[in-house]
Order: sequence, then C-alpha cells, then structure tokens
Amino acid sequence: MTNEKDITCIVCPIGCKILIKTNGKQCEILKGSKCKKGTDYARNEALDPRRMLTSSILVNNGEWPLVSVKSSKPVPKGKVFSVLKEIKKTKVNAPVKSGQIIIKNVADTEINILATKSIKK
Amino acid sequence: MAELERKKMINLNVDIAIIGGGPAGLAAAVSAYENGAKNIIVLDRNGWIGGILTQCIHDGFGVEETGISLTGPEYADMYIKKSQKYGIKFMNETMVLQIGRNKTIRAINKKGLFDIKAKSIILAMGCREKTRWSVLIPGDRPSGIYTAGVAQAFINLYNIMVGKNVVILGSGDIGLIMARRLKFEGANVIGVVEILPHASGLPRNVVQCLDDYDIPLYLNHTVTYIKGRERLECVTIAQIDEKRNIIKGTEREIKCDTLLLSLGLIPENELSMKAGVEIDKVTGGPIVSQSFETTVPGIFACGNCLQVYDTVDLLAIDAKKAGEYALNKTITQDKNITIQAGEGVRYVIPQIINKPGKIHFTLRVEKKMKTPMLHVISDKKKIFKKKLPWANPANMIDFYLDISKEIINNKDSIEVSLNDK
Repeated sequence: MTNEKDITCIVCPIGCKILIKTNGKQCEILKGSKCKKGTDYARNEALDPRRMLTSSILVNNGEWPLVSVKSSKPVPKGKVFSVLKEIKKTKVNAPVKSGQIIIKNVADTEINILATKSIKK
Repeated sequence: MAELERKKMINLNVDIAIIGGGPAGLAAAVSAYENGAKNIIVLDRNGWIGGILTQCIHDGFGVEETGISLTGPEYADMYIKKSQKYGIKFMNETMVLQIGRNKTIRAINKKGLFDIKAKSIILAMGCREKTRWSVLIPGDRPSGIYTAGVAQAFINLYNIMVGKNVVILGSGDIGLIMARRLKFEGANVIGVVEILPHASGLPRNVVQCLDDYDIPLYLNHTVTYIKGRERLECVTIAQIDEKRNIIKGTEREIKCDTLLLSLGLIPENELSMKAGVEIDKVTGGPIVSQSFETTVPGIFACGNCLQVYDTVDLLAIDAKKAGEYALNKTITQDKNITIQAGEGVRYVIPQIINKPGKIHFTLRVEKKMKTPMLHVISDKKKIFKKKLPWANPANMIDFYLDISKEIINNKDSIEVSLNDK
C-alpha cells in the first residue's frame, strides 16, 4: 500500500514539513525539502526511522555522579528503550574522557555508547 | 566560635573582563583573544565553565556553526579547549556584586573581595527561567513544582530524580527536552500543557521529544489550580478561549506528583541596570549598537542577557562580535541612528548604529506569516528588501546589511518591517 505523509524534519531548527510517498520499501520525496540533509532525513524516516540517543551513566568516584553519553550513530527507533535499559545498568569508574567508549555494541545494535563529557576523579 | 579571617581586598587589572562563563562568555573570550586581546578574565559564579550547556546533555547544538550535531557538553568543550590554549583566565565560584564607575568590577569568592579594573567589560550573564509566580497559578504550595531547567540540573548533573507522574506546563524547548528526558528515566509524562494555539519550542523538538513517545500536547490549555498538602497531588487544567479566558466546563483534575514549568526565559540584567546600562523594554536586555556596546561606553553585552536566542549557533555569532569590538574599545560616537521595529516586528537588535559597515541584525516577528517580505526603510526609501520562506514568533530571523556612511550621516533612524503579502 502506498501512503502519502508529512514528515517534520528534525535536522535543523527550521523544521521543514516534507511530503513523501512511500510503500514501506521505497520512498519518493514529493515536496517541502529545502536541503539534501532534509531529503535524506525524510527518506530514512519513512523507511528506517532512527534517533540520536543521549542519556547519562553513573560514575564511581567522580567529581560528578554522572557522565553524559550519546550513541555513536542514530539508534533504530524500536531499539531506543532496550538501549536505555543497558545504559541504566552500566557504571563506569572515574576518570572518564569525552569520546571514550562506555558500552560497545549496545543492545546488539552495533552502535557504541560514548561519553560526551570528561569526568575527573 | 570560629575566628573570622580578615581578607584583603585584591586588585586586578585586565584588558577585558567577561561576566559569565556560559556559551556567550566563552565565545566572546575566544574571539577577543583571536582579535588580539591578551589579558582576558572570565568570572562565573558556578564551579564549572560552560554554563547551562553542561546540563544540556541532548544533541542539536552547533548544527549551523560546525555542521555537526553536538551535545551541550561537547559544544562547550570546543570553546573551553580553545580558551585554555589561549591562556584565558577563569575565576569560578566568583560572584560579581557590582559594576562600578570607570569599569571596575567588584567580585567575591573564597579568596576574598576583588576589585577588577577592566578596559572593557562584556556582560554575558545569561537568563533565568520564569516561575509559577510569573504566571500566578492559584492553589497550594506543595513540593514537586520545578522549573524545567532546575529539574534538568537535578537529573543530568546531580542524579536526583524529580518525580514519577509529571505534567509539564509550557512547550518551550526546555520543557519538550525534559518531557523526553523524564520518559527516558522511567517517569510517566502525562502531557504538556500550552496556553498558545501552537507549540512554543522548535518543531524538531515537538517531533523527537513528544510525538516519538506519544506524549500528548494540550494546546489552548493551561493549569488553573495546584493542589497538594505536602507533595503535589493534582493540577487542574482547562481549555482557554482566544482572550485567554477559561472555558467553563472544560476543567479537569489530573493526578500527578510533579509539575514542570517551561514558561520562558528572562534576561538577567540586575548588574547591567546598576551599572547604568539602558534596558530595552521589549527584549529585557541592554540597548546595544552594531558593536554590541551598551549605552555605557566600554560595557558590551551578548548572549541571553542581551536577548533570548533560539540556538547557541546564532548566539555565538553575536557574542564573537562583542568580543572583537570590546577590544577596539569605544567607537567615537559622532552620530547615532536608531533602528526602529516597524510593522510586524516585535524588536530588532542592534537598536543603535553609529558606524557604517556590514551589520548583523536579529529580530522577532509579532505573528506568524506565510509569505513574509522584509523591508528596511530609511527616510521613506527602501534600502533593502528580502523575501523570507516563513516567519514565526518562535524563530528568530537574522540578516546582514551594509549600512553606508551616507545613511548614518544623513538620517536619524531606519525602520525594519515585515509584511505578509
């Protein structure tokens, strides 16, 4: 079945409304996209929606009790809560360096969880 | 009784003193150095550098500036690394008490009382959140009511969860971001209540913070009553009409233990006012020239204490200019022309121009427009015209325009207006 739908682009603050036509396997951009990033986003959103995931992880013996983290790549939407579950279980020892891998292949997504802040002991 | 330690007054001399070490203060400091200033000091009351960015652990920062989507701490780090490389001095846990005459800053920290004499001062104090008392919600005063930014600090910095069943009043970006954050931390986010007929935050945040997690957004609604003895027990929400009167019969109680307020931000300018800086009633920030100099010569302003910006990217453009011009000190003000907000425009920055050149204008419109046309008019003559793809009060509009010597010499004001064709 082919559907037309409006997708609000989340790449930049403008938030363009992009009209697409999709059957779940293929996607056609009808109108509304103002840049290539927007076109790519709309296509992915129709076929394989993903989100960057940010959260925080507990730190032992750090100057802060938490270190902020992000996914190395956008996570499939359906996997967000399984990734969060793993994040919640994890503890890391200070010091932590920004960019350091905290969890490898989180929830079997082949995506890593990286620190976005440095935490001193 | 502990003996009071007598502490000496400490005197410092600097070229540029920056008040506030958040994104604006950092961008101004880095730019001042890159333009030739050497002796720069940044004063901040927090124990860390980076201001609010430290608790904004979500991504979306720097998209326009760097082309990549950074988290708040990563964006701050980019500037912190530079400023450390440049040898910019930071004084943390330092409270500025006042800005006196001759650009002397009085500040206090654990080491004692400081008098810092600066050639130029840059105000970068940021802004504060509106509270329950800004909108006067009647009812009890239980615990469990937080501004969204305070809840964000509790959760993201101090690992303190704020509650289980949460209602959010106001759909500003921080409120939307917090809706998702609370959901991630296992809270039940009952809904976001917004008095306006549209969300106040960016469209991308409505999509990725509310729609993604099926969090309802109640437009044209507000919280009319707060109930709870010790802890918040429930709030009453109701639909409102165009005149913002409550529509009778639409009131309903929602059981919840936490209410987050995301009602908007107010530029923080107590220090500026005490220093004699003139404040724009619409922006809530200082009146500035194209070089971001306030009405007090040698005192500059940037960041959210100047106006509340939509994005850090846009904020940094102006903050860097402030840093660059602060070094060149006061521009001889032979003549000032004023910039007036014309039809459809709520405010324009700068409000004053005293030097020809390429100027970065920022403005906000009064209402949504579908096919807006921007006009700059000087003495009934159009000097600039630009078609915009859209205009919306929630999105700041910015543009560059060359202002010639003739305009400054021959005119007293120029007007910026927008109309929907």
